[in-house]
Amino acid sequence: MKLKTALLATALGGVAFGATAAEVTVMSWGGAYTKSQVEAYHKPFTAETGIAVNSVDSDNPATPIKAQVEAGNVTVDVADVEFSDAVRLCDEGLLEEIDQSMLPAAPDGTPASEDFIEGALQDCAVANIVWSTVFAYNKDNNPTAPDSIDDFFNTADFPGKRGLRKSAKATLEMALMGDGVPADEVYDLLETDEGVDRAFAKLDTIKDDIVWWEAGAQPPQLLADGEVVMSTAYNGRIFNAAIAENQPLEVVWDGQILDFDLFVVPKGAPNKEAAMQFISFSTDTQRLADQASWISYGPARKSSGAMVGKYSDGKTDMAPHMPTAEANLSNALVNNFEFWVDRDAELNERFNAWLAQ
Amino acid sequence: MATLTDDSAFGADDRLTTADGKPLKAALARAEARAKRRAFFLVLPLFLFVLITFIVPIGQMLHRSVHNSGFTLHTDIGSKVQTPIMVNLRDWFDNNPRGTEPDEAAFEALAADLVVLREVKAAGQAGTRINYELSGTRSMFTKAARKAPKLEAPFAAAILDLDEDWADPELWAAMRDASSAYTMNFYLAAVDLTRDTDGFVAQVDEKRRLYKQLFVRTLLLSLLITGLTFVLAYPIAHMLATLPLRYSNLLMILVLLPFWTSLLVRTTSWMVLLQSQGVVNDALVGTGVLADDSRIQMMYNQTGTIIAMTHILLPFMVLPLYSVMRTINPSYVRAAKSLGATSWTAFRRIYFPLTVPGIGAGALLVFILAVGYYITPALVGGADGQLISNLIAFHMQKSLNWSLAAALAGLLLGGILILYWLYDRLIGIDNLKLG
Amino acid sequence: MALEIKWGDHVVNTSNEAAFVEFQRVQKSYDGETLVVKDLNLSMPKGEFLTMLGPSGSGKTTCLMMLAGFETATHGEIILDGQPINNIPPHKRGIGMVFQNYALFPHMTVAENLAFPLEVRGIDKSDREAKVQRALDMVELGAFGARRPAQLSGGQQQRVALARALVFEPELVLMDEPLGALDKQLREQMQFEITRLAHELGITTVYVTHDQTEALTMSDRVAVFEDGRIQQLAPPDQLYEEPENSFVAQFIGENNTLTGKLKSIDGGTCIVTLDSGEEIDAKPVNVERPGERTRISIRPERVEFDMKRLKKGSHTLKAEVKEFIYMGDIFRTRLSVAGNDNFIVKTRNAPNQVRLTPGTQIEIGWQPEDCRALDA
Repeated sequence: MKLKTALLATALGGVAFGATAAEVTVMSWGGAYTKSQVEAYHKPFTAETGIAVNSVDSDNPATPIKAQVEAGNVTVDVADVEFSDAVRLCDEGLLEEIDQSMLPAAPDGTPASEDFIEGALQDCAVANIVWSTVFAYNKDNNPTAPDSIDDFFNTADFPGKRGLRKSAKATLEMALMGDGVPADEVYDLLETDEGVDRAFAKLDTIKDDIVWWEAGAQPPQLLADGEVVMSTAYNGRIFNAAIAENQPLEVVWDGQILDFDLFVVPKGAPNKEAAMQFISFSTDTQRLADQASWISYGPARKSSGAMVGKYSDGKTDMAPHMPTAEANLSNALVNNFEFWVDRDAELNERFNAWLAQ
Repeated sequence: MATLTDDSAFGADDRLTTADGKPLKAALARAEARAKRRAFFLVLPLFLFVLITFIVPIGQMLHRSVHNSGFTLHTDIGSKVQTPIMVNLRDWFDNNPRGTEPDEAAFEALAADLVVLREVKAAGQAGTRINYELSGTRSMFTKAARKAPKLEAPFAAAILDLDEDWADPELWAAMRDASSAYTMNFYLAAVDLTRDTDGFVAQVDEKRRLYKQLFVRTLLLSLLITGLTFVLAYPIAHMLATLPLRYSNLLMILVLLPFWTSLLVRTTSWMVLLQSQGVVNDALVGTGVLADDSRIQMMYNQTGTIIAMTHILLPFMVLPLYSVMRTINPSYVRAAKSLGATSWTAFRRIYFPLTVPGIGAGALLVFILAVGYYITPALVGGADGQLISNLIAFHMQKSLNWSLAAALAGLLLGGILILYWLYDRLIGIDNLKLG
Repeated sequence: MALEIKWGDHVVNTSNEAAFVEFQRVQKSYDGETLVVKDLNLSMPKGEFLTMLGPSGSGKTTCLMMLAGFETATHGEIILDGQPINNIPPHKRGIGMVFQNYALFPHMTVAENLAFPLEVRGIDKSDREAKVQRALDMVELGAFGARRPAQLSGGQQQRVALARALVFEPELVLMDEPLGALDKQLREQMQFEITRLAHELGITTVYVTHDQTEALTMSDRVAVFEDGRIQQLAPPDQLYEEPENSFVAQFIGENNTLTGKLKSIDGGTCIVTLDSGEEIDAKPVNVERPGERTRISIRPERVEFDMKRLKKGSHTLKAEVKEFIYMGDIFRTRLSVAGNDNFIVKTRNAPNQVRLTPGTQIEIGWQPEDCRALDA
């Protein structure tokens, strides 16, 4: 009897050990972005804890997460999602809550709850980066360099095709800012029918010149190919094309829209403890600052800002390429996740109808 | 027959019997039961496979298009515990007809339900469900649920104090509709209809009308693509069917080559060819046909969708046509000519009608595939080259409104079944020759 | 290549005023390297039933297709009713044709099939219907107009094909092995039916077959094809009884052959020394000088073993009976003669007819005019 119990305990222990300690699966967005996370988080995490990190990619990790949790077959432990998705998935009870007290304090002792930028800590999510939707242009195809969001919508003085993301989000805000609305009034105006009409009216003026893109890798390609002269894009992708691949691309920071990417843990994650350990490790001051040397996304901790140094090529100073750099924030809009959680369906429906006209 | 002397042997009550007097039918059934059982076990794996991978998912999809329990039932992901939600409000809706002003009792019921929403963390789910019907309401539920425990009588005033939109009759109409899990509202939305506050079906705002237009466009584009593949495939298939085998095999490989290439590769190569800085435009500009500033826009619009899809779907038209044409004996056309028909008459009256089964099969295949096509229009379609399947994908992947996606897919499925039925009536499904 | 075309050894027929169909020095090559039809000359009067008979690959179907217009002659002239037709497309030739597999249009009813040639000729509807009905009645299928070809038996389809080829009243009808797919009984019935119709309607018919019985029973004249040439063109009885060369002799009917050398020739008869050393009488056909190799050919029913019926001084041969087969109307006896173990003798099953026992030694002979000395 005793022998039997002992055997059983050993067996169970073995299973538990195999399931929890060996690995953690992290889902992210692919490309240069995943690479930056592998370099800054995954490798040091494995080196320190011995827990292997499986990296998997998706076009938008929120979608497989929802499907997996609803089907009761969760294979992902940590996912990197956008702000509005993090909030929505959390509201729908699809995510584990994250205990904020487990997050390490800043090197100077400032607790995590104060060190993170406002909004970066949510019930079920911890932000790791601040990224931005900006517009960029090809220096070779623009005789005069555009320098404001107005120029993006000015096809008379800046002729040529424009690339835009095929989505209402960010597009409508940029249209209003291009129409002269100051950043801090954009969402108030978009709440009204007149504001939405005005945004679409602005888009109408360039509709025939728009090339729509969907994947983040497309805009640098469209710009480099000369298919468009200007395009909205994720700032990190343009940075990567311009610095790492030496493309003649330039970012215009005027009218940029800031957003968070956050780590979440889907409910029923097979390695929940390791997942929490991974999040806590990856969002400390040093790791966030490290990531910024691989891609030009800003760290979500204030304390990391000062530690951001040079790009991995060893010569490019990262600070001016950060969306959060002081000089880039003169006319910047912070994405209003609550507005989009509420209005996403309606405005995308209207947007699709407008596209189809 | 001649051996039957007694006519009553065919009478209604008299059954044929075996030599030892047992009913013949029963004996036959017994004799064949074993063979039937064995046959059944042989097809069982296939039957189960079809059931599990095809019928059940489609059934689930159709069920989801009319059923959404977002406002009626909460299931905890971890413990699988199911909690009915919004029960008080549903009682109030049951006791008060449509159009009743929400009174204090209604708000009291709402407040009690909000407390439950907070306890089981179902505010987001309930809000999302209402948000499908009335945009901008989701955060009202999440915010109100957060403050629910502190709400005190009079509840109407307390809730309106949180957000005056809670008095909106459209919101109450939407909650009434959603309080039953079964609804046709997703199908209404899929054809640009909605319910007004009185529950009557009405058109949605003109600026948001989308799906009917897209269904029509999908239909027209698919018809056009079917027509184009037919025009291109017919001569190719004829050539394949009449060339000597060694040449036709080579040509067949060329026709099949696209099948062996990834769809993405094919679509991307069309992008390389057709974009405004692409090979075709460069060639036209290089030869002086076009000026550099008047390059033709062939990509990211309907033209791009049509060109790429026609190319990709071409083999599906060629193969059935080829297989039918190969079986047409050349003596039919010779016979027609010997009977005095010109080449054109022989083609029109004899050859063409004989290829109709192949045309039917090819057209049906190409049309059904085109109607459901998704990757190619998504990549090269731009704004006006999008098809209904792109919107289904949008609701599956981005807006996560799976019920609406299911309703759109259900309509598409229904449309294709109608088409199939029409084909059966007009040409006959047994005439369908795929190879 | 063109310079080296070899002319055949047949004499070129000068254009015959009475001829309805004429082939003049027609040659056909598909690949530019070999000739499928080598120097074909043929002339048919109106109303004749001519059969092109030959093994497959002998060029007979190619000739038919050139006449129909589906193949073009590489060289030479084909003349129909005084007009060269080489450059006339098939649909303007007005030739009726029955195909091997009938080629009935499967998507049309029987009546529509028949109406098709009338329709393309612009004949109005009431005329059309009357003609279709008449043609169907002619082949005894008057009640089958509304059926589809697939609903008919093989024999019925064959009749419909025939009616369709005749319904527009062509003066020339071509038939390409039209009875090949039918069983024996039906084939015989149709053979009779086709010849009856052809003669009743007075149409000129070119009939292609590889079945010699069919050729013999149906035709006015038979052209035997082999190796792209007409080997012999003659009425059936002449073809059977007076084959001009050993191919025709072999191909038409059953034949016993023995090989040897011409010993002497004397006007209408000759003596041949067989390879076994025995001597026998024959009629010289295409042998001239003594010492030439020859192949003699004798029909099984012309062999005598009653020596009393032979002329005085006739040569005879020794034979051993190998097998006796009772076939009802006839007896078939297999002999071993001059080294040939397959020498067949047919005798009528008449009263008092001898039944030979296998193993017995006998003597056989024949009338010199029944045995033809042909090319080796």
